[in-house]
Amino acid sequence: MRISTGTIRLVIPAASLALLLAAVFYMQPRAMSYTGLNLLFNLAVPIALATVAQMLVMAVNDLDLSMGAFVSFCACVTATFLQASPAVGVLIFLGAIAAYAVIGVVIHVRELPSIVVTLGMSFVWSGLAVLMLPSPGGEAPGWARWLMTSRPPFVPMAIVASVIIALVTHFAIMRSSVGVLIRGVGGNVRSVERAGWSVIRIRAGTYALAGFFAVLSGIALVGLTTSADANIALRYTLLSIAGVILGGGEFIGGKVSPIGAVIGALTLTLAGSFLSFMRISSDWQIGAQGAILIVVLALRLLLNRLEKREKSR
Amino acid sequence: MSGVRLLYSKPWIWSFAATIAVWIATVLFTGGASSLGLSQAALTFAAFSVIVGLGQMFVITLGPGNIDLSVPATMTLSGTLALKLMDVQDGMIVVGLLASILLGFAIGIGNYVLIKLLRIPPIIATLSMSFIIQSTAIWTNRGLRIKPPEILANFTTSNLLGVPNIAIVALILSVIAWVLLEKTIYGRWISAIGQSTLAARMTGIPIDGTRLVTYILCAVLASICGYLLASFSGGAALNMGSEYLLMSIAVVVIGGTAVAGGNSNIPGIWGASLFMFLVVSMLNTYGFGAGFRLILTGLIIIAVILLAGGRQANR
Repeated sequence: MRISTGTIRLVIPAASLALLLAAVFYMQPRAMSYTGLNLLFNLAVPIALATVAQMLVMAVNDLDLSMGAFVSFCACVTATFLQASPAVGVLIFLGAIAAYAVIGVVIHVRELPSIVVTLGMSFVWSGLAVLMLPSPGGEAPGWARWLMTSRPPFVPMAIVASVIIALVTHFAIMRSSVGVLIRGVGGNVRSVERAGWSVIRIRAGTYALAGFFAVLSGIALVGLTTSADANIALRYTLLSIAGVILGGGEFIGGKVSPIGAVIGALTLTLAGSFLSFMRISSDWQIGAQGAILIVVLALRLLLNRLEKREKSR
Repeated sequence: MSGVRLLYSKPWIWSFAATIAVWIATVLFTGGASSLGLSQAALTFAAFSVIVGLGQMFVITLGPGNIDLSVPATMTLSGTLALKLMDVQDGMIVVGLLASILLGFAIGIGNYVLIKLLRIPPIIATLSMSFIIQSTAIWTNRGLRIKPPEILANFTTSNLLGVPNIAIVALILSVIAWVLLEKTIYGRWISAIGQSTLAARMTGIPIDGTRLVTYILCAVLASICGYLLASFSGGAALNMGSEYLLMSIAVVVIGGTAVAGGNSNIPGIWGASLFMFLVVSMLNTYGFGAGFRLILTGLIIIAVILLAGGRQANR
C-alpha cells in the first residue's frame, strides 16, 4: 500500500510530539496520569485554535502578524462584554470576524503584502484591547470557565478538545470542497480563477474563518485564565506560525495540514512543560525553547531525507 | 503627466510627503514652539529605525519568506555585551564597537547556517535564533544596568550644527548601503536573487554566498544599532529591542521596498522612519491616550500602504 504524502506530512510532527512526551514521562513518571496530562497540555487549546487560524491564512499564501494582538483583543472582549452582556459581546465578535473578511478583500483587491496590512492591524487590535482593559482584569463567563475546566472521563479536557479541533478542521480543510478551494488559492490562484471561482470571495471567507478560530482561541484562553489583559496573547503570533511549520505546513503553495498544526501547537506547549521538568534555569528557558524548535525541525529534515532515499530505491 | 510618472517611479516621495504633512500638523498644534526640538527628536529616533531598517531591507530584498526576526534580540545582546565590556572606560569604546560588530557577524552566520544546513524557513530560523540570543542576553545582563562610557554617551546625545550625531551616523551608513546596493555587483546580485532565484542561479550568481553576506550585514547593522541605542539611553535594557521588530519591517515596506523582493529603496526608509516617529509624537501632542494612539498608528500604516501600494497593481 502506498502511503499518501499527506500522511507522511503527519508522521513527522506526530513522531516529534511522541518523542517529547516520552522524554517528559521518563523524567517525571507522575505526569503519566489524568491530572498530569491535564497540567501538561492545559494551555494547548487556545494555542491550537490560534495555530489553526494562522494555518488558514497561510493556506492562501498570506501571513497574519496580528494573530497575537487579535487573540488578546478577543480575550478582552470575552472577559468584559461577553461576560456582562452576551448579546453585545457576540455582536463585537461578529464585527471582528467581518473586519477579518474585509482585510482579506483589501489585501486581495489592492494586491497588498499581507505582512504589512496585518502588522498595521496588530496595532489596531492592541489599541482596542487597551481601551477595553487598560489594566488586567475582567472575568471569564461562567460557561467558558465550565467548558475549559470540565473533567471528561478517562481523557483530560485539553486532549479531547485538541482532538475535536483537529478532526473538525481536518474535514473542513482537507475533505470539503471549500477547503480544496482555499488550498487551491494558495497553490495556483490563476487556475482557481480560470475555473470560474471568485478568488475574492474565497479569500474573504478564509480570513473570516481564520477570524472565527481566533475568536474561539480568545474565549478558550479566558476560560483557562479567568481574567484577561491587553497583552495576554501577544506571543501567539510567533507561536502560531511556528506551530504551523512544525506541523508540516509551508509558507507558500497552500500546503497545510490541520492535524499537523494542532500537533505542532501541542508540541510547542509541551516544550514549555518539558523545560520546567528539566529544571533549566529561568534565564535559559526561552533559549531552550528555541533549541527545541531547531532540533525538531532538524529531525524533520532528517526524516524527509530518509523518506526520499526510500522512494528512490 | 510627467509629474504622476515621477511619483510612480519614485515611490519614496509618498513617505516624505506624509512625513511633512504630519510634521506640519504637529507644529501647527503647538504654535510652532517645538519645531526645532521635534525635528531633532525625530531625526534621532528615526536614525535608530533607519539603521535596523537598512539591514532588514537587504534581507527582504532577497525575496519572499526572507525576514530577520532576530533583530531585536541581537540589539539587546549587543548593547548588553558592549556596555559590560567597556565598563564605563572611555578607552574601551572602539573595542566595544568591534565586539558588537563581531557579535553581529557570529549571529548572521548562525542564522544562515540554520537556514542553509537545516533548510529551515528564514522566519522560523531567525525566530529560534532570537530565542537563544535573548536567553544569552538575560544571562549576561543579570538585571545590572551598566552606564556607557562618558565620551560615548555624550557623542550619542549631542548634535553637530543642530543635526543629531546619531542621525549623521545613520546617514553615513545609508550612503554606504546605497553604494553597496546600486553601485556594486553585490547589490545587483541580491536584487537578481529577489526577482528570481532560479534565473539568478542560471546566470551563475553565487546565491549562498550572497545570502550569507546579507544575513551577516543585517545582524551587524542590528548590533551597531543596539550599541548606539544602549549608549544613547544610558544603559542596556532587556526589552530595548522589542519595538524594533515590527518597526524594522514597517519602515522597509512603507518606504517602498517590495515585500516580494528584488526591489529596494533606501530614501524611503528615511521617509518611513521619520513618519513613524512623527505620527506617534503628533498623537501624543494631540493628547490621545495609549489605546487611541495604537489604533490610529495602525490605521495610518494601513492608509499609507493603501495609497502607496497601488503601484504594485500597475506592474
